[in-house]
Amino acid sequence: MTGKEFMLASLKAISQEIIAHEEELNRLDNAIGDGDHGTNMARFCRIILQDLPELAEQEDMGKILQHVGMRCITEIGGSAGPLFGKFYLQAAMANMGNSCMEVANWVVSFEEGTMGVSQIGRSVEGEKTMLDALFPADRAMQEALEEGRSFQDILLAGAEAAQKGVEYTKTIQASKGRAAYLGMRSIGHQDPGATTIMLMLQAMHRLAVEMQAE
Amino acid sequence: MKKFINRPEDLEVEVARGMALAKPGLIRQLPGTNIMVRRNLKKDRVALVFGCGSGHEPAPNGFVGYGMLDAAIPGKIFSSPTPDMILKGIKEVQNEAGVLCLIVNYTGDVLNFRMAMEMAQMEGIALESVLIADDVATQKNKSVGRRGLAGVVLIMKIAGAEAEMGTDLYGVKKVAEWAAAGLRTVGVACRPCIIPADGSPSFELGEQEMEIGMGLHGEPGVLRCGMMSAKDTAKEMLDLILLDCNYEKSEVVVLINGLGGTPIMELYVLNEFIHDYLAEHGIRVYDTMVGNFMTSMEMGGFSISLMRLDPHLKALYDAAADTSVFKR
Repeated sequence: MTGKEFMLASLKAISQEIIAHEEELNRLDNAIGDGDHGTNMARFCRIILQDLPELAEQEDMGKILQHVGMRCITEIGGSAGPLFGKFYLQAAMANMGNSCMEVANWVVSFEEGTMGVSQIGRSVEGEKTMLDALFPADRAMQEALEEGRSFQDILLAGAEAAQKGVEYTKTIQASKGRAAYLGMRSIGHQDPGATTIMLMLQAMHRLAVEMQAE
Repeated sequence: MKKFINRPEDLEVEVARGMALAKPGLIRQLPGTNIMVRRNLKKDRVALVFGCGSGHEPAPNGFVGYGMLDAAIPGKIFSSPTPDMILKGIKEVQNEAGVLCLIVNYTGDVLNFRMAMEMAQMEGIALESVLIADDVATQKNKSVGRRGLAGVVLIMKIAGAEAEMGTDLYGVKKVAEWAAAGLRTVGVACRPCIIPADGSPSFELGEQEMEIGMGLHGEPGVLRCGMMSAKDTAKEMLDLILLDCNYEKSEVVVLINGLGGTPIMELYVLNEFIHDYLAEHGIRVYDTMVGNFMTSMEMGGFSISLMRLDPHLKALYDAAADTSVFKR
């Protein structure tokens, strides 16, 4: 679960998960944004799926993450491009030169990525953004790691915390992004960016469970 | 949809090539992109860079040239340019004096420029940025701040002229920020534009309706109401500006910017009232720019911008410029 196989399999699982939810993400974005979050993320994910054979040649985990980050930047567009790009590029920097990623590396990388998103977005929790899924998931995974739980359990803790974060975004007003112009009218709607983070963690958890069963 | 285009996916690059071919001595298109850079690049003066979505033509590419922009980086229709494209534009025009980026305040533009500037800084390029947030129809105190509108065209003129004088990066930034502090804009829309990719209207508005304060991409405004006369519309809009910023006894530049689907004739009808109304309020008009500078394709509507002048800003406004759209 620490080698390149898991990295490539998780990129595949995440991409397939987001593509499967393209319409739902568009619908969520349509309510409070410009309605193309699903389309933009799915376009990026299809390119990642095409890139997988090429990435399989790469031994450096940092370089794989960097490639994904650059694809985010060039292919997603809008606000999500630099935000997801920053997430992967920060995670990449924590893994440059590594040919494998231990469980602790995954958790640290997620934290690095989360901090990167917070920094480039000049944003924190409670503003109805992807950070409302990232921060709680980060904390939950740190805690699970410290408790010495399995990778599967750590990812489950992250996915569950992200899901709670997504639910939380329904209750708050947006103060960042295009949704912020809606003011109070943004309450009641679920944030599409946070939803994407939740989908990513859920896909990774399912994959880790499946790979363990094998 | 009735548009004289070829394939929608080729639109952005074709526009850029068409513009470059119209003024080959002045500007050139970076091959395969819609990035426009000026010929005769500066060697030791601050380079001025601006990017925004496509669909606002002639902005941004029409303002590339002497005394204004060194590079313009349009994104796809109504979408910010991506960081890799912004970086490409920056690297093409950068020199030791550094690069000043003008950014209109939309989340996408801000994030993409911030990312691009981080990447450029890692390559050792000195950069600063100025955020343009001139839309009085949006609230100042929100954490996202006000949206940016057509007023950025005036800031390009000011910052571009200051850069040509050889002022350092920090100095050009300060002058641009000073000009932006005295800049206010309000828009109105009465007809949506048609998105080329799918032929859909950018927003819904009743046949006899207009919306004051609407953003360049159809973002919600402050007042949706029945169509009003030029006078009543302009009065409503100017009152929003004058309530927000005191221009009394000031000298200003007025920019009456068509969104693409409103005849220039109507812009002049509006200017007649605007001129008299400003005079009544003790505001001296130094110069008025009337035309389509920052459009939203065929959207019906216009915006009014006022920029306060002081002697220095006046000299910069009057300084020579040679671009596809604006010459002085």
